Amino acid sequence: MAAGISTAHSVVEPSPLVRRIAGAVVILYALITIVPLIWIGLTSLKSPPDSISYPPKILFEPTLEGYCNLFTTRSRQTAEYLQGLPAASGRCEEIARQRSMVVVGASNFVPRFWNSVIIAFGSTFCAVTLGTLAAYGFSRFKVPLKDDLLFFILSTRMMPPIAVAIPIFLMYRELGLSDTKLGMILLYTSVNVSLAVWLLKGFIDEIPREYEEAAMIDGYSRLQAFVKVVLPQATTGIAATAIFCLIFAWNEYAFAVLLTSGTAQTAPPFIPIIIGEGGQDWPAVAAATTLFLIPIVAFTILLRKHLLRGITFGAVRK
Amino acid sequence: MADVSIRNVTKRFGDTTAVSDLSIDIADGEFIVLLGPTGAGKTTTLRLIAGLEAPDAGRLSIAGRDVTKAPPAARDVAFVFQQYSLYPHLSVYDNLAFPLRSPIRPMAKAAIDAKVRTIAAMLKIEDKLANKATKLSGGQMQRVAIGRALVRDPAIYLMDEPLSSLDAKLRADLRLELKRIQAELGATILYVTHDQTEAMTMASRIGVIDRGRLVQIGTPREIYENPFNAYVAQRLGQPAINLVDAGLFPDLAIPQRTATLGLRTEHVAIARVGGAARGEGRGLVRRVEHLGDQNHIHVELDGTPLVLLADADSDIGAGDRVDVRPERPLFFDREGARL
Repeated sequence: MAAGISTAHSVVEPSPLVRRIAGAVVILYALITIVPLIWIGLTSLKSPPDSISYPPKILFEPTLEGYCNLFTTRSRQTAEYLQGLPAASGRCEEIARQRSMVVVGASNFVPRFWNSVIIAFGSTFCAVTLGTLAAYGFSRFKVPLKDDLLFFILSTRMMPPIAVAIPIFLMYRELGLSDTKLGMILLYTSVNVSLAVWLLKGFIDEIPREYEEAAMIDGYSRLQAFVKVVLPQATTGIAATAIFCLIFAWNEYAFAVLLTSGTAQTAPPFIPIIIGEGGQDWPAVAAATTLFLIPIVAFTILLRKHLLRGITFGAVRK
Repeated sequence: MADVSIRNVTKRFGDTTAVSDLSIDIADGEFIVLLGPTGAGKTTTLRLIAGLEAPDAGRLSIAGRDVTKAPPAARDVAFVFQQYSLYPHLSVYDNLAFPLRSPIRPMAKAAIDAKVRTIAAMLKIEDKLANKATKLSGGQMQRVAIGRALVRDPAIYLMDEPLSSLDAKLRADLRLELKRIQAELGATILYVTHDQTEAMTMASRIGVIDRGRLVQIGTPREIYENPFNAYVAQRLGQPAINLVDAGLFPDLAIPQRTATLGLRTEHVAIARVGGAARGEGRGLVRRVEHLGDQNHIHVELDGTPLVLLADADSDIGAGDRVDVRPERPLFFDREGARL
């Protein structure tokens, strides 16, 4: 250290060079991840010819055609018929007229999107609730065959989900759960609960039992101690688990294709089959994808504080 | 406050017996300290009384009521843990109020507030009430932890080495404070520690515990002056008692079957050769520790090391030849039992 002036650098702190390299790696990774998202966002604002032009257009005239096509169904009309119509009302009608079409109704996107919201959040809530209780049980009680049970729970995640698709398809058909929101919530819950149990058990193991013991001596029952002492300290773990469960349930495709077709269909199987005039309507697909990303981004930002937070701030002296 | 009685309690964890046939009667207002090394079963004893562990045998009663099978909440005890003492997600105020808000003892908000503020004042943490529990120093955290027990008025306070993680100065301060508060409230306390100073300064009675068994219980003076066996004699006294072979002082009149002599550091006269005292043995001073108010003299006597106490103004130095004469030796037989 020059002239004996300490700048309080710890030896475990990374050097400026290491910091710069780490920063560069992070930025590179962020770019690789974010470029496809930006491209989707841009495509959603292109006209169909622009979206498939080669070489790809970076600069283009933005249009809401993709979003209009996503939310509406249209039909092609003859020039004579179109001339006989009154002036177009609304932006989407205008765009449709330019393509010699009229808007005839709303598309299925909004109901499909709602299905996704209900099924993903519903199953996340169930998985996290069950997972928290089960994890607490595994963490605190003497459960017979505990290790075997935990392994069994984990093993349900070891096979590819599609391996059980046909049995589940048949079961659901027999039980009348095919193409129902309840069926999808149950399915995603059962897949996610194993992840939730394992993740949360780790977090709950970290919370010293002394807190519950103190609460129980202070006149609380075990359940009350769980609610008042364990849950607040497990928020970080619960938030992280909820995000993982939500991302899975939100993005799940294989079962959604297989088990839903109508009333309970979620957005993932719906988006790729948006067909426009003369083939795939890429701007509409991109628009749907952009909108589909929003809830998960919002949820993650909302819980970000908990994700970054240390579990007890070093309140415990080990 | 009430009497607590522990009758022939045994607790095993697998193959190890943590507490073995332990019986103690704690009278109302007593401050009992259980003294013993790590792993002696002190903490398990507290946890048994609190109901955090179930005994394999024996009975527990608090205020005449059998609580052997009662859940912790129904036992009316307060517990101060060695660590993990504060709820990290709550403020200091909420930590203190937590026991008072328990559903089994409904209490008015105003009464809770008054109680919390009284205890906070007693522990000198009034200005920290709004702080997060995690934003306190170690000493303040431990005060809050003690406060969380004191807000209640239980049959007995159980304290598990509450001062062990604090520095020496703070420990001495809190020791005095705890004793003052105990006297003020007339509280019944069962306190567990391996620190003999804490035991000597605070206890009305000390219970010395070894491998799950209560070896001796009595006032600090009794335990110090009249130890039941060599183990108890070794637990108290700083530096520890010298245990030497009975034959080291041939001129000394000793009872039959004496195998070991116990010499407290202050119970040995020491004089330089050529001084007034006539010595039975001839010792060589190896090292002198100057502690300010006293000196510890390390003497080697026919190959046996002894630690002796001398006045601060003693001029004995390393290399001196000294005479050593036991004044009030304790006699132990081969098994360590007192004769």
